[in-house]
Amino acid sequence: MSPTFEELSVGQDIGSRSINVTRQDLVKYAGASGDFNPIHWNEAFATGVELPGVIAHGMFTMGAAVQLVSDWAGDPAAVVVYQTRFTKPVLVADTTGTGAAGAVIEVSGAIGALDAEARTARVDLAVVFDGQKVLVKAQALVKVA
Amino acid sequence: MTINPDLQGRSYPAAEVYDVGREKIREFARAVKATHPAHFDVDAAQGLGHRDLVAPPTFAIIIAQRADAQLIEDPEAGIDFSRVVHADQRFTHHRPIFAGDRLVAELHVDGVRAMGGGAMITTRAEIFALTDGDGREPVSTSKSSILVRGEGQ
Repeated sequence: MSPTFEELSVGQDIGSRSINVTRQDLVKYAGASGDFNPIHWNEAFATGVELPGVIAHGMFTMGAAVQLVSDWAGDPAAVVVYQTRFTKPVLVADTTGTGAAGAVIEVSGAIGALDAEARTARVDLAVVFDGQKVLVKAQALVKVA
Repeated sequence: MTINPDLQGRSYPAAEVYDVGREKIREFARAVKATHPAHFDVDAAQGLGHRDLVAPPTFAIIIAQRADAQLIEDPEAGIDFSRVVHADQRFTHHRPIFAGDRLVAELHVDGVRAMGGGAMITTRAEIFALTDGDGREPVSTSKSSILVRGEGQ
């Protein structure tokens, strides 16, 4: 069920989810997006350019985090603005063949602001990996019926 | 390696057309772990009033990064792609992207500033859909800042 504007209030929780990430997910995202920077799939390359290891595409994290908002809104087309700053990398361990997650990203969202005239809600997302925020000022502006 | 400061204000005109296919929307949606049926099932998308499958909110990055590639691969720019880190991103959707859209992007370099031994470059891709009769309709604006890390950054 899609929310209606009248039932929303600032501070209201829209839910949370955990996203398990593997190296294979990064390869899939590379293929789907066309971003083949080897820092997202090759350990030696990543450490060779002074990164701590293979890191997720920022756009993977941003793209996966907004699914909470799409599902809450009931229509992904309701997301009219979506922005974030990327502050910390998501380091993805090589768990190939084990079925274990290489990283777990925790996403939660709350209503940050409401605009009664435009009938939009700003959803503020908290996106955390390893106890630290990896996206900062992650905000989605959603059109609400 | 130095970033050419004259890049600021430069624009790259719309080049190739990007045809948005249903399978690409499904593939991208799976890659960002989306499960909303409007990305996968035409009937579900149409049930929400859309003409075809709806692209996920960050799908426009495909077209924006193709436009960015013109800058990154421009030998005059002096950018080492292996040292590029995405610093921030903002999408403003003037309308959703649908399967069947034919999209083009114009790239604008809005800012270049030195940071340590590297540089922060802000680009804006204006994405349009081609319409019947040679027109075009604004679809999305994608603003990105990339940090080109200097040595030791």
